Amino acid sequence: MNGGGSFTVAVASGKGGTGKTTVAVNLARSMGTRVTLLDCDVEEPNCTLFLYGGIITTREVGIPVPEVDESLCDACGECSRFCAYKAIVSVGSAPLVFPGMCHGCGGCALVCPRGAISEKESRIGTVERSECGSVTLVTGRLDVGMAMAPPLVRAVKECSRAGEPCIIDCPPGTSCPMIAAIRGADMVLLVTEPTPFGLHDLGLAVNAVAEVGIPAGIVVNRTGPEGLDVGAFAKERGIPVLLEIPDDRRAAEAYSRGELLVDAIPGWKSLFELLRERTVAMAGGRMTREFRQGRDRRPE
Amino acid sequence: MREIVVVSGKGGTGKTSVSASLAVLAAPVVVVDCDVDAADTHMLLTPSPGRENAFLSGHMAVIDPGACTACGKCLELCRFDAVSGDTSGIYQIDPVGCEGCGVCARFCPSGAILMEERNCGVWMVSSARTGPLVHARLAPAAENSGRLVSLVRTEARRIASEKGLETVICDGPPGIGCPVIASVTGASMILAVTEPSLSALHDLERVLSLAAHFSVPSAVCINKHDINPDITERIESAMKERGVPVAGRIGYDPGFTRSLLTGMTVVETDSPTAAEIVRLWEELLSIGDSGDG
Ligand code: SF4
Ligand code: SF4
Repeated sequence: MNGGGSFTVAVASGKGGTGKTTVAVNLARSMGTRVTLLDCDVEEPNCTLFLYGGIITTREVGIPVPEVDESLCDACGECSRFCAYKAIVSVGSAPLVFPGMCHGCGGCALVCPRGAISEKESRIGTVERSECGSVTLVTGRLDVGMAMAPPLVRAVKECSRAGEPCIIDCPPGTSCPMIAAIRGADMVLLVTEPTPFGLHDLGLAVNAVAEVGIPAGIVVNRTGPEGLDVGAFAKERGIPVLLEIPDDRRAAEAYSRGELLVDAIPGWKSLFELLRERTVAMAGGRMTREFRQGRDRRPE
Repeated sequence: MREIVVVSGKGGTGKTSVSASLAVLAAPVVVVDCDVDAADTHMLLTPSPGRENAFLSGHMAVIDPGACTACGKCLELCRFDAVSGDTSGIYQIDPVGCEGCGVCARFCPSGAILMEERNCGVWMVSSARTGPLVHARLAPAAENSGRLVSLVRTEARRIASEKGLETVICDGPPGIGCPVIASVTGASMILAVTEPSLSALHDLERVLSLAAHFSVPSAVCINKHDINPDITERIESAMKERGVPVAGRIGYDPGFTRSLLTGMTVVETDSPTAAEIVRLWEELLSIGDSGDG
């Protein structure tokens, strides 16, 4: 049995540092088929530290920001009144553009009565592609100083390939970058740890995922005798716990050196194969109806 | 007024435990939890909760199905994939995808789209044993975490000057994007909490570049430094090269998690690492004094 078929699973967590990337890279390695791994944690992308292959392509990603032709502008201020983000400001003169605040909606160019605004791409980061055995790794890397992660997350997601399973390493948290990463996925794996912070933030993540309407499964990382009971919470919220990863110093050490757990620790390969089977089954259960609806909704 | 922002780049390095501990050492202080996505400081400082204020920010498009003629203009114009529609004529806006730009509403020929104000969460000023705690709860899947960060930070500074408190300690968000930028611009100092792993070092470099980009002085604290001495050494030499001081080293301590269960910070327990955090705080104070200006 392999992980065949085409589905998208997003690996997310409310709290950072719970082992999201660990789960994403080890699951990718355990798929048994060709798989695309999208590193959408564009603020701090780390998958390449665990799966290295030569970078095959690097592409710049930008968002369209306005450029004002001052010879056409009569300082009417319509663009600045329209912009919801105060990214273009006109005070009795040709407007100033603040590219860092612009969402690239295109509205100012559309409302300008004098056709004085055109759009030009303004770089926010890069998308790299590399091949590491059966895994195609696509990494989004936000330029330092750039605020807008979601457009780059969307650019990375455009690199998923039809007919091939896709795993997404999401940004931590519960706000726009994380939402941009999980949208359209067939299921979300929420990685947590059995600590008060972990459980608290898991609750927040569960609420965010419910808001988007995607089924979720839980992976508990670093379980041990002192850990809190994540199972009770999971049961209360009706979410299955798909895997428990034991707390093991060898795992922390392998991680710190940038090694895959499935390679570094004897016997852990089967742990992630179990996760693969459960994930495939869960994602597959949804593939028939809602999956297609999700896909059909996307334009182009 | 001195505003110290504790960040980490990578999550899970112990940022919140360290910042809450520093708050206890520096008390009375104003503490502000800028990690509004996953606000956890209140679990350590266990304040009596203050009144909740709504955080209304930005807008969200809503289609009036009665007025919609299914022309498809909104679908064509939206750049955020937020509009769904098909030949059956039912057009809808996905509130989770909508960024509130207003293009669809402006250009809908039937005027069928309204921009509604969006409730993005709540914020409150609570009173903790360390002094006022300004914190927030972002609504699930909400936008504008950067604006919420700016709001709680401004509030924290206002309270500090009103009460004559010298120090604001800010528990910052992970990453380097919009909420982090909102947390660090104009702060007196950034303390980056890291741990000895390749990922944490990579993320540390990025968050320090961000600090440099915004000209905020920074210092580093290596948590769990004894877990991998080789990488700790690499971090130390990378910091030397950058000219960023390593203000503290904290040993691996299960007490970090255990103290959480009792709602106490590490420095309030008899944990062996408490003294290391005290030393970190003293070091930060001396860096702050010598580096003024
Ligand atoms: S493109 Fe949209 S967000 Fe950017 S300046 Fe124009 S109106 Fe504002
Ligand atoms: S809307 Fe056009 S003409 Fe009016 S201020 Fe903006 S750029 Fe100038």
